[in-house]
Amino acid sequence: MEAMLQPVADFFGPSWTAIWTLLKIVAIIAPLMICVAYLTLAERKVIGYMQVRIGPNRVGPKGLLQPIADGMKLLFKEIIVPSGASKGLFILGPILAIAPSLAAWAVVPFDDGLVLADVNAGLLFLLAITSMEVYGVIVAGWASNSKYPFLGSMRAAAQMVSYEVSMGFALICVLLISASLNLTDIVMSQNEGRFADMGLGVLSWNWIPLFPMFVVYVISGIAETNRAPFDVVEGEAEVVAGHMVEYSGMTFALFFLAEYANMILVSILTSILFLGGWLSPVGFLPDGFHWLAVKTAFILLLFLWARATFPRFRYDHIMRLGWKVFIPVTLVWLFVVTVWMMSPLSIWS
Amino acid sequence: MEFKTFVFYFLAAIMVLAALRVITARNPVHAALFLVLTFFNAGGLWLLLQAEFLAVTLVMVYVGAVMVLFLFVVMMLDINLDRLREGFWSYLPVGALVGILMLVEMVMVLGGGYFGLEAMPAPAPVAADYSNTRELGRVLYTDYVYAFELASLVLLVAMVSAVALTLRKRKGLKSIPPSEQVAVRREGRVELVKMQAEKDD
Repeated sequence: MEAMLQPVADFFGPSWTAIWTLLKIVAIIAPLMICVAYLTLAERKVIGYMQVRIGPNRVGPKGLLQPIADGMKLLFKEIIVPSGASKGLFILGPILAIAPSLAAWAVVPFDDGLVLADVNAGLLFLLAITSMEVYGVIVAGWASNSKYPFLGSMRAAAQMVSYEVSMGFALICVLLISASLNLTDIVMSQNEGRFADMGLGVLSWNWIPLFPMFVVYVISGIAETNRAPFDVVEGEAEVVAGHMVEYSGMTFALFFLAEYANMILVSILTSILFLGGWLSPVGFLPDGFHWLAVKTAFILLLFLWARATFPRFRYDHIMRLGWKVFIPVTLVWLFVVTVWMMSPLSIWS
Repeated sequence: MEFKTFVFYFLAAIMVLAALRVITARNPVHAALFLVLTFFNAGGLWLLLQAEFLAVTLVMVYVGAVMVLFLFVVMMLDINLDRLREGFWSYLPVGALVGILMLVEMVMVLGGGYFGLEAMPAPAPVAADYSNTRELGRVLYTDYVYAFELASLVLLVAMVSAVALTLRKRKGLKSIPPSEQVAVRREGRVELVKMQAEKDD
């Protein structure tokens, strides 16, 4: 590959690094956008089957062109800016929502060595970038100059800040036992130990010693992405559509893209941190990207499953779950893991 | 110009402009958002100095948490801009005096022969696997562990006292603890009564 590209690199000279990086970014973002489009279809189909309906089946064979049709419709709709809105911030809101959810993909490894930026502090970078996501919602809610969006954004601010704490503690447990902030190293550290040597990799992944953290991380991930049953931010019955009330056309679509890109991000991170990333569950099958894809798809199914199953939480219950249940659980488990690591029974020596 | 120098001036220019807008913006929410931009660019500058832990912590703590809550409060305030600008001329001399004092102090410290930036050797370039996080952690938890633990204790006390000062028990609340709600059983709520059918005569 390197040798093949050498003549092209010589042609472009010093600017080749920038061009090559841009090409890699496109190679990540384009499939991601297709995944987002088909995740919306998958969501409607899966929830349809769970509720004994068929789901969309009119556009294209088996309804497969439905997301394309939806996208076209949103693309051609007029963008309406309310007269009382703070214009610049109103446009900035959706951009602030989607930018962090795309930027976070820079450090996500897809296979051993297959990563855009193999940085030492990958996990820290992710924490910082995902903590920026809340601004899209807050700015949109305030700039709309309308009551429902404002209430929605207030809820979002409180909810996302609360669940970020327990997510952070779950990440601290992971980085403690893998002794690295690099996501590739975190995956590779799950490939060591007695079970991995026996060819039963599935038992050496982080999800078993860190099972409470795994559960907390998945549930907090659902809350962070404002998905049902934590979707009071856009609860129809109370605040119509929350921060998105005044948005139309492509500006609305950007919020939608950001939400689904975040869902995929949280799922792929759960697979990398707790489910061994691209590692094969059993020794006789080769590792590879397909395992990561399967695990991510499973976590995504959990997202959809939860939406089809649970009724929406009441707001005070969401806050109670975040502060009074998850944070004590994560704190206790952090303590347990540190003591476990220092004891003779440590499995991560 | 080296690429790194270009990045530095780019980030620094945005940061200075954003910092200026923080104090000149009329709308407090705009000012708070410009402060967010300033913090973000400061994080970028720290990244240039290979202090990735500080950079990320700045973004995570100040941008991701502190400023969110700050915005939360600023948005809720009913701010009358005219009333805010009323005392401008009476406060100006005091403010200008403080500003000039700070400027003089900074010039005296940073400029002149005291700081001696030229005399300092440039920091040695670090290896590719150098981890700022690891180094900071090692120093914090070995050499300065008592100071560090003391600082965390002070923060804990501040946190507990903040909660204790603002906690108000309201009377007449109808909320029920969720544990009680979950523990409800059928026997506690429903009573089946068997009775003879009444004769319809």
